[in-house]
Amino acid sequence: MAEPKTLPGANGKRHLLGRLFIWTLLLAAAVLYLGPIYVVLSTSLKDLAEIRAGALLDLPHELNFTAWREAWSSACIGVRCEGLRPYFLNSVIMSVPSVAISTLIGALSGYALSLFRFRGANIIFALMLFGCFIPFQIVILPMAQTLGYLGIANSITGLIVVHTIYGISFTTLFFRNYYVSVPQELVRAATMDGAGFFRIFWHIMLPLSVPIIVVSVIWQFTQVWNEFLFGASFTSGGSQPVTVALNNLINSTTSVKQYNVDMAAALIAAAPTLVVYIIAGRFFVRGLTAGAVKG
Amino acid sequence: MSNPQQRKQMSVLDRAQRYLPQLVVAPPFLLLVFFVYGFIAWTGFISLTNSRMLPTFDFQGIQQYVRLLAMDRWNVAFHNLLIFGSLYILFSITIGCVLAVLLDQRIRAEGALRTIYLYPMAISFIVTGTAWKWILNPSLGIESYMQKLGWESFQFDWIVNRDMAIYVVVLAAVWQASGFVMALFLSALRTVDEDIIRAAHLDGASTTRIYFGIILPSLRPVFLSAFVILAHLSIKSFDLVVALTNGGPGYSSTLPANFMYEMAFRRNQIGLGAASAMMMLATVAAIIVPYLYSELRAKRHG
Repeated sequence: MAEPKTLPGANGKRHLLGRLFIWTLLLAAAVLYLGPIYVVLSTSLKDLAEIRAGALLDLPHELNFTAWREAWSSACIGVRCEGLRPYFLNSVIMSVPSVAISTLIGALSGYALSLFRFRGANIIFALMLFGCFIPFQIVILPMAQTLGYLGIANSITGLIVVHTIYGISFTTLFFRNYYVSVPQELVRAATMDGAGFFRIFWHIMLPLSVPIIVVSVIWQFTQVWNEFLFGASFTSGGSQPVTVALNNLINSTTSVKQYNVDMAAALIAAAPTLVVYIIAGRFFVRGLTAGAVKG
Repeated sequence: MSNPQQRKQMSVLDRAQRYLPQLVVAPPFLLLVFFVYGFIAWTGFISLTNSRMLPTFDFQGIQQYVRLLAMDRWNVAFHNLLIFGSLYILFSITIGCVLAVLLDQRIRAEGALRTIYLYPMAISFIVTGTAWKWILNPSLGIESYMQKLGWESFQFDWIVNRDMAIYVVVLAAVWQASGFVMALFLSALRTVDEDIIRAAHLDGASTTRIYFGIILPSLRPVFLSAFVILAHLSIKSFDLVVALTNGGPGYSSTLPANFMYEMAFRRNQIGLGAASAMMMLATVAAIIVPYLYSELRAKRHG
C-alpha cells in the first residue's frame, strides 16, 4: 500500500513536459487556495488609509498591529467594546467540556456497539448515525424550548449540552468503526481470562485507542469551535461564542467600517482550529474521511 | 475452576456481562432517540399547527406547507439550493479529483501541497464568508484592484448582483470543500491495486487511459461518498450565506436553512419555520437513508 508507485508519469526526463504541466497546475491551485488568507492577513496589517487606497493584493507598507490589538480587546460588538476576547474565552469554555464528554461517551458506546452481534444491531447503529446528517434546523425550535425548561437558555452551559448531545453520533461512529477493526481474538482471549467489559475496555481497548481519540478530539473541537447556528439561535449578548461575535462585528453598520479590524478578528477566530490543523493535520484528515461512513 | 459453585457464579456474571454492552449503549442511544427523533416529531407536529410567536397545538393540517410552497421567498431559496447544490458538488468533485490525481504522480512536495489545499476545511464558514466578502466587495476588493492596475473594464460585482450572488456562495464553498474531496480521493488512490496498473502499463496503456479506464472507475464508492457528503452539506449550508451575502441583495441568495432561521427567529412564524425545516430534513433523508442502508448492508455481507 505504501510502496512507491511505478506509474509511467513518474519516469523523469521523458515526461519533462508532463511534469511541468502537472507542477504548473498544482502551484496555480496552491496560489488560489492561499490567496484569501494572504489577503486577509495583509489587510489586517494595513492602516485604513492604505486600505482605502485600494491596493488589495499589495503587501502592507509596514507591519501595523493596531488592528489586531483592537480586534482582540477594544472593538465594539453590539454595545460592548471589549473586542473578541470575551467571546473567544466563551468558545474555549464551551469547547473543552463538550469535546471531552462527547469523546468519552463515544468511546464507550462505540466499544459496546462493536461487540453487538445480534440482529438489529445495525439498525441501532444506523439510527445513531443518522444524527450526523440531520440539518440542525430540525431541532433548534424544540431545543430552544428544552433549554428554557432546563433553565440554561442563553448560557454557555446550554451550548455545552447541545454540542455534547449532537457530537455523540460522530464520536460513536469513529470509535465503533475503529473497534470493529481490532482483532476479535484479543477480546476473546481476555474474556477467557475472566476480564469483564470495563476491564477489557480500560486495559486493552483504551491503550489501543490513542489515534482514534486524537481524531475524535480534533474533529469535535473543529466542529464545536466553528459552529454558528446553535450559537446564534440559543445565545445573545455576553454568552455568544466567537463565530457569532465575529459575524456581528463584520455586519455591524453603526460605525466607519474598519476592514483591518474585521480581518484581524477573522484570523483570531480562525486561529485555534488552524493551529490544530497545522500541528495534527493527519488526524484531521482521518476524521474527515471517517465521516464518509466507510470503515 | 472445577468448583461447581464457582462455575455457577461465573455463569451469572457471564450473563450480566452479556447484556453490559446493551446497557452501556442504552443511555446515549435513548438520548439521541429523544433529541433527534423526538425533536423531529415535535418539529413535524408544530409544522401542522398555526404556531406563530410561540408553539401552539392548534392542529390545522398542511396549511403551513401550502403557504410555504406559495411563498416567493421559499421558492427562491429552494431554487438557489438546486443551483448551489449541483454546482458545489460538481466543481468540488471535479477539482478535488483532478488535484488528487495530480498529487498522485509522485510529487516531491506532496505533503506541503496537501496541507495547503485542505486548510480551508479547518476554518469556520463565518471566517470563509468574511474573507470572500472582503475580496469580492466591488469598491475596495479585487474589482477595483484590477481596474487600478489598468484593466478598466474589469467587472466582478457578483456579490451585489441579484442574479449572480448565489454563484459567489458557490465560489467560496468550493474553495472550502474541494481540498476535502482531494483528500478523500488521494487516500483511495493509495489503495488501488498496483499490479493491475502495472499490468495495464505493460500492455501499453497510457497513463491517461489507465486513469480513465481503470483507476477512476474503481473509485466509484469514493465518488458516491463524496457526493453524499457534499449533497447533505449543501442542504445544511447556512453560515456561509449569513457571513458572505446575508441572503442578499434582497433575498436573492438565501438558502432553505436561512429561510428557516429567518421565519423561526426573526418573523415569529414558528409553524412556517418548522414546515421549512421538515422540507430540509426530507431532502437530506432522500439522500442519506438509501446511502446508509446500502453501506450497512454491504458491511454485513462483507
